[in-house]
Amino acid sequence: MSEKVLMKGNEAIAEATIRAGCKLFFGYPITPQNEIPEYMAKNMPKIGGLCLQAESEVAAINMVLGAAAAGARVITSSSSPGISLKGEGISYIVGSDLPCVIVNVQRGGPGLGGIQPAQSDYNQATKALGHGDMHIIVLAPSSVQEMATLTGEAFDLADIYRMPVMLLADGALGQMMEPVDLEAKEKRTLPPKDWACTGHGGKRPYNVVNSLYIQPDVLEKTIIERFKKYDEIKQKEVKYEEYLTDDAEIILVSYGITARIAKTAVKHARTMGIKAGLFRPVTLFPFPSEQLDRLADKTSVKTFLSVEMNMGQMINDIKVAINCKKDVYHFGRTGGVIPTPDEILENIKKYAAVGGKI
Amino acid sequence: MVVFKKPHALTETPFHYCPGCTHGIIHRLVAEALEALGLEGSTIGVAPVGCSVFAYNYFNCDMIQAPHGRAPAVATGVKRADPTKTVFTYQGDGDLAAIGTAETIHVGARAENITIIFVNNAIYGMTGGQMAPTTLIGQVTTTTPYGRKNDVQGSPIRVCEMLSTLDGVAYAERVSVDSVKNVLSAKKAIKKAFEIQSKGLGLTIVEVLSTCPTNWGLSPVKSLDWVREAMMPYYPLGVYKDVTKEGEQK
Repeated sequence: MSEKVLMKGNEAIAEATIRAGCKLFFGYPITPQNEIPEYMAKNMPKIGGLCLQAESEVAAINMVLGAAAAGARVITSSSSPGISLKGEGISYIVGSDLPCVIVNVQRGGPGLGGIQPAQSDYNQATKALGHGDMHIIVLAPSSVQEMATLTGEAFDLADIYRMPVMLLADGALGQMMEPVDLEAKEKRTLPPKDWACTGHGGKRPYNVVNSLYIQPDVLEKTIIERFKKYDEIKQKEVKYEEYLTDDAEIILVSYGITARIAKTAVKHARTMGIKAGLFRPVTLFPFPSEQLDRLADKTSVKTFLSVEMNMGQMINDIKVAINCKKDVYHFGRTGGVIPTPDEILENIKKYAAVGGKI
Repeated sequence: MVVFKKPHALTETPFHYCPGCTHGIIHRLVAEALEALGLEGSTIGVAPVGCSVFAYNYFNCDMIQAPHGRAPAVATGVKRADPTKTVFTYQGDGDLAAIGTAETIHVGARAENITIIFVNNAIYGMTGGQMAPTTLIGQVTTTTPYGRKNDVQGSPIRVCEMLSTLDGVAYAERVSVDSVKNVLSAKKAIKKAFEIQSKGLGLTIVEVLSTCPTNWGLSPVKSLDWVREAMMPYYPLGVYKDVTKEGEQK
């Protein structure tokens, strides 16, 4: 087993990027993710790589498009307002079937919002990151270790499925320091990039990277093919963690940094005799719907409590996943406020009591 | 003896351009330059949004279709991924000088070793004849039905003049394809731009004054007259920057 090093979450992403063999970073400064470009700027030149500060978020995501089209592993990172600016480019990258990694170290919104941690881009990331019928894979790390591990995984998933993968983190995970094992990532088999624009050299027909299909039936066909890919991803790539769900009566559903606070609250609830458990989606798209539904089928389970740093964006995904078989409630803080274990515990007590009456 | 043939760097796909539009001539000049320099197999072209959005159907080299205005950023990504390749963008005036102004200026600032083929016809063709950033004062378009006014829509942008102030721009020339003589000059300019890119001297841009008979409401022949009579006085032809000549000037 390799040694652990103490790193900030943002630095862990940057180091894991370099270890994933990615040599190209394009970005634009925004708090609270600046450690990522700064780490890249310092370390990319040492491996013959490049960290290029673009003139805008818009330019950065399009540089990503170009580098991805040329067959290179490439990453960009930003925070909430910057991700909105990248939306157009992400839609084109999806429409062009290009692999890349996009990091969102979320802060409070809407507008300029604040610079403190939030999870208020959940709906944007999982449902409406760009115009058109589209999805991207969304991974939600919950520790500095996962910031590293899931970064490596994100590059592989992007290459395997030829689509963008987003790491949906938050300002707390980005800024906090924890020990990390940077060798933890398993290697996956990757397909060749024979579609890339690298110059045909007179040896093959020329390649085109394009998202324009002027004939509606042709465009429809490309979208349907892409949705088949999403179905495959739903079958093969769902990741989640369960904690004390075996006999739980109230199950907290929570991801990212909030899941860790929720876990503490679950432990406290258990000491008080409340049968609480935690279900933590690691992939937000694909959402672990079937796994949640299986929990909902258990007679022991009375209630679900969605805990997020927003006004309740994941609650609908839970309701749909379990077909409203059990009650689903939301507790969250927003605008950059991090919920405390005590606040979550109060809500466990409140909704466990409601569930008991049903 | 074959005296005239289609360059191999163009595909067999017929152009979709309107009669009298000079995009076809400009495509051919780019293809001839790539072929003459033996670059076809090591070139990646970036198509814009606008009339030349389908450029990827015509050039026989690897092609990427970019979001509106973002071709220079996309080209940057390609070139930085593999600096040994030749990279060009083919952009219209709306793409390059309105929605993509920042991208255009910053590839110049960064001295990106790419070539921009900038087709200036002073109007938005694809969307049906709206005002462009290069629409002339007084020019009637569908969004300037009373003519472009300086105090309402502002004045047209001279791209070559503006870009030539940047240290990272190696070559900026404005050409026209309204006559045989000018077509030959344009061909030379495009070839030179690719040669300078190969030397890694910085951004190269060739602005080509082009026609839009359909949206100008003029015949193809009268459109060429309009290029000479209305466009050239405001957009003078010539070399605005050439770092390969700077030694000689001094």
